[in-house]
Amino acid sequence: MGEQLEKIFDVELKPGAGENYVCNLTKPEFAEKMANKMPTEPLPDDQMVEVALKRLDQLRKERKSLQLYLDICVRCGACVKQCHYFLGTGDPKNTPVGRAELLRKVYRAHFTISGKLFGSLVGAQKLTPEILKNEWYKFFYQCSECRRCSVFCPYGIDQAEITMAGREVLNSVGLATKYITQVISQVYKHGNNLGIPEAAFKYNCQFLEEEIKESTGVDVKIPVDKEKAEILYLPPSADLFTNTDTMIGVAKVFHAVGADWTMSTYASEAANFGLFFSYDDIKTINLRVVEVAKKIGAKLVIFGECGHAWRAARQYMEAMNGPLPFKFMNILEYTAELIRKGKLKLDKSRNDDVIVTMHDPCNMARAGDLVEEGRFIIKSVCNNFVDMDRSVIKEKTFCCGGGGGLLTEEIMELRMKGGLPRATAVKEVVESHNVNYLAAPCAIDKAQLPLVMEHYEIPVQVGGIHDLVGKALILEGQEEFEAKKKAEEEAAKAAAAAVPSVCGLCDAEFATMDECCEHAEKEHKISKDQCDLACEPKEGAASAEAAPSVCGLCDAEFATMDECCEHAEKEHKISKDQCDLACEPKK
Amino acid sequence: MGVLANFVVNVLPYITFIVFVVGVIYRIAVWWSRPSPIPIAVFPGQRSVGSAIVRVLSDVIFFRSLLQFKGNRILWLGAWIFHISFGLILLRHLRYFLGAEAVPGWVAAVQGIGIAAALVISIPLLYLLLRRIVHADIKWISTPADYFVLLLILSVVFSGLYAKYFAHPFVIDVKYVMRSLMALKPVDLNTVTLNTAFLVHFFLVQVLAMYIPFSKVMHLGGIFFSPTRTHHFGGEAHTKQLEEA
Ligand code: HEM
Ligand code: SF4
Ligand code: SF4
Repeated sequence: MGEQLEKIFDVELKPGAGENYVCNLTKPEFAEKMANKMPTEPLPDDQMVEVALKRLDQLRKERKSLQLYLDICVRCGACVKQCHYFLGTGDPKNTPVGRAELLRKVYRAHFTISGKLFGSLVGAQKLTPEILKNEWYKFFYQCSECRRCSVFCPYGIDQAEITMAGREVLNSVGLATKYITQVISQVYKHGNNLGIPEAAFKYNCQFLEEEIKESTGVDVKIPVDKEKAEILYLPPSADLFTNTDTMIGVAKVFHAVGADWTMSTYASEAANFGLFFSYDDIKTINLRVVEVAKKIGAKLVIFGECGHAWRAARQYMEAMNGPLPFKFMNILEYTAELIRKGKLKLDKSRNDDVIVTMHDPCNMARAGDLVEEGRFIIKSVCNNFVDMDRSVIKEKTFCCGGGGGLLTEEIMELRMKGGLPRATAVKEVVESHNVNYLAAPCAIDKAQLPLVMEHYEIPVQVGGIHDLVGKALILEGQEEFEAKKKAEEEAAKAAAAAVPSVCGLCDAEFATMDECCEHAEKEHKISKDQCDLACEPKEGAASAEAAPSVCGLCDAEFATMDECCEHAEKEHKISKDQCDLACEPKK
Repeated sequence: MGVLANFVVNVLPYITFIVFVVGVIYRIAVWWSRPSPIPIAVFPGQRSVGSAIVRVLSDVIFFRSLLQFKGNRILWLGAWIFHISFGLILLRHLRYFLGAEAVPGWVAAVQGIGIAAALVISIPLLYLLLRRIVHADIKWISTPADYFVLLLILSVVFSGLYAKYFAHPFVIDVKYVMRSLMALKPVDLNTVTLNTAFLVHFFLVQVLAMYIPFSKVMHLGGIFFSPTRTHHFGGEAHTKQLEEA
């Protein structure tokens, strides 16, 4: 561990520091759409406690993890310094054990013999509406359910299980956050978190197809709503808007192996915010995926670069929605397997501009068993890869600070504080290895980490893994296209070089730019690669217009583009401002 | 004193036994009966039943998870020495429940190390106590119950050492009492020489035993049920093998 990283574990205890971070409450129009049928308004105080206790009793009977983790904590404190929100804020209620005690103390007072007999002597406290509204609502929404604490606990106590239960109890009395309920209601309406309507989703896919065509010359399809397909692909919907390079990379991979795949507008989202909210909603959201997969006869469902999507699938889908008539996997596994089998033609050198490190999304690593695949892929498509310190990667990875449904504006300060450990670890490799690309295969990371990096002034680009794959992957026909394009560019450059030029320093005139540059080198000691300091095209001889041109419609040749355009207007009735339809520079 | 002594020797042990056994069984039955349909293994580390077993055992025997973070290693040392010593002390006490002819060789063999453990155990115990007072964060999370159990064990240890080295109860009589209790035969306190130090030690041990089922000390059973450690898989339909189209 580097010095900077070590320092973040030196936390000064600041009780009360977390009190200021409160997520906005939900609104009835969102709450009413939830599958768990929560009340649309917070219950009146006199009903809150009774309803909450009933729900808690139910939950502890339904979930072994909850019952056990309420019972066996010895308060040894081994987990205390493992929570990024504690490291960032110093509030003891943000230690995993401190947070869990908020619920445990209530559990003890109402459901255990020792708690009933000895009360506060055994750390028991009866539930009040204030505890629900002030402690639980605040601090169960300052946990990103990242499960880092459970790695370090001698009994594997998983605070995420307690947070999830705490949030479900809060739901039962009408307390939930606007952000999470809004996102879920968008999924129920539009099929994705961002609330992208069907038409826009399809339009964006076309747009990306064009973009790929433009850069590779290859017709890569991004199919949506095919009636039948072998593979159903679920992207995080942000990949169609902000993280488009990831989507492009994935589409190229599918294209390269000729996969029969599609996306669906009914389930156009890999993510499952039910995980941050309630079992009922996890199940309902996953059900959309299962329905579509069944309908199109998919044999394989592939989840995109999204951490908690993978957790909702890997851990919950079969248990809640099974048996499943299909297999499922993550895109990282899919691509890694293709690379292993040598099915992808990769040119690592195309990623030579980046030095990469990888952030393991919590839910990919600890909940999803995906730590090696990402690294394997990156090393297969890049020459430069460096891992961060061993103590903060893989199953010990630190949350980005925005997971667990906390990716919302009003708690930005908390998010930045929670991002401190990850930022510090990145900073170390940026400083020691000049890392400039932080690969984070998760949509939440891609939204949160750029802000964190900016906040801590760490010069690093955040992107996906398939962004890099897309860059290195060579499709069939791509190289010919690129060769052609390069030749064209060179020709254009040559044409530009043939432009009559004038030396800005001594007004000497030359027939070509090249000659002018030579002159500048000789006479003015300006090296050729800085030739723009001296030479410029002769007035009126703007490069393209002056280049010898040919009319594409009748093959007539002209000394300048201008002449050609005039010809096109006269002969072919093509107005001058659309002259590109007819004329092109001569090669 | 006579009435009290009689209670501690002839009545309380049966109550203790019942409370302890019923309590522990009840707590474990509760855990056992709770459903756990969602596989929530914390990866990596267990991808098969076998590796899940290895993981649980390595946590039970070596407190492996405490070794994951440098800052926890002193705790690891303290907790581990404490538990090992505690175990050795328990083993050493087996001799009092077995007839002379039935004491297996290994019980005889652990006597020495068991006594050493008794001498050592107060050091980790005091450390565990001290850290709850010294570290602001640990202090914040501690409840009175956390101090209570440590003090209780310390008093068991000190009363035991005092009895052994200073009060010297007649060891044959101690064994006689234990064996009578096991045979459900009341002991006539006038026929044995037990002293107050022993009675205090015996009493405290029983308090500890009765306290266990109601307290966090039940962690000794709970760890075997912890889903993040015992589960080993999520989603049978998940495939790491690419299906050849
Ligand atoms: C099975 C694996 C076990 C693990 C990993 C484990 C771990 C721990 C840890 C980390 C502590 C915390 C010390 C502290 O800070 O107070 C502790 C305390 C304690 N353990 Fe265990 N323990 C285990 C089994 C047992 C067993 C079999 C017993 C038998 C009685 C036991 C009895 C105690 C007691 C009495 C304490 C001290 C009181 C306390 O602070 O909780 N433990 N244990
Ligand atoms: S590490 Fe585990 S047992 Fe120790 S305080 Fe944290 S949750 Fe409790
Ligand atoms: S799950 Fe993550 S965020 Fe929640 S308490 Fe544990 S370490 Fe902190």
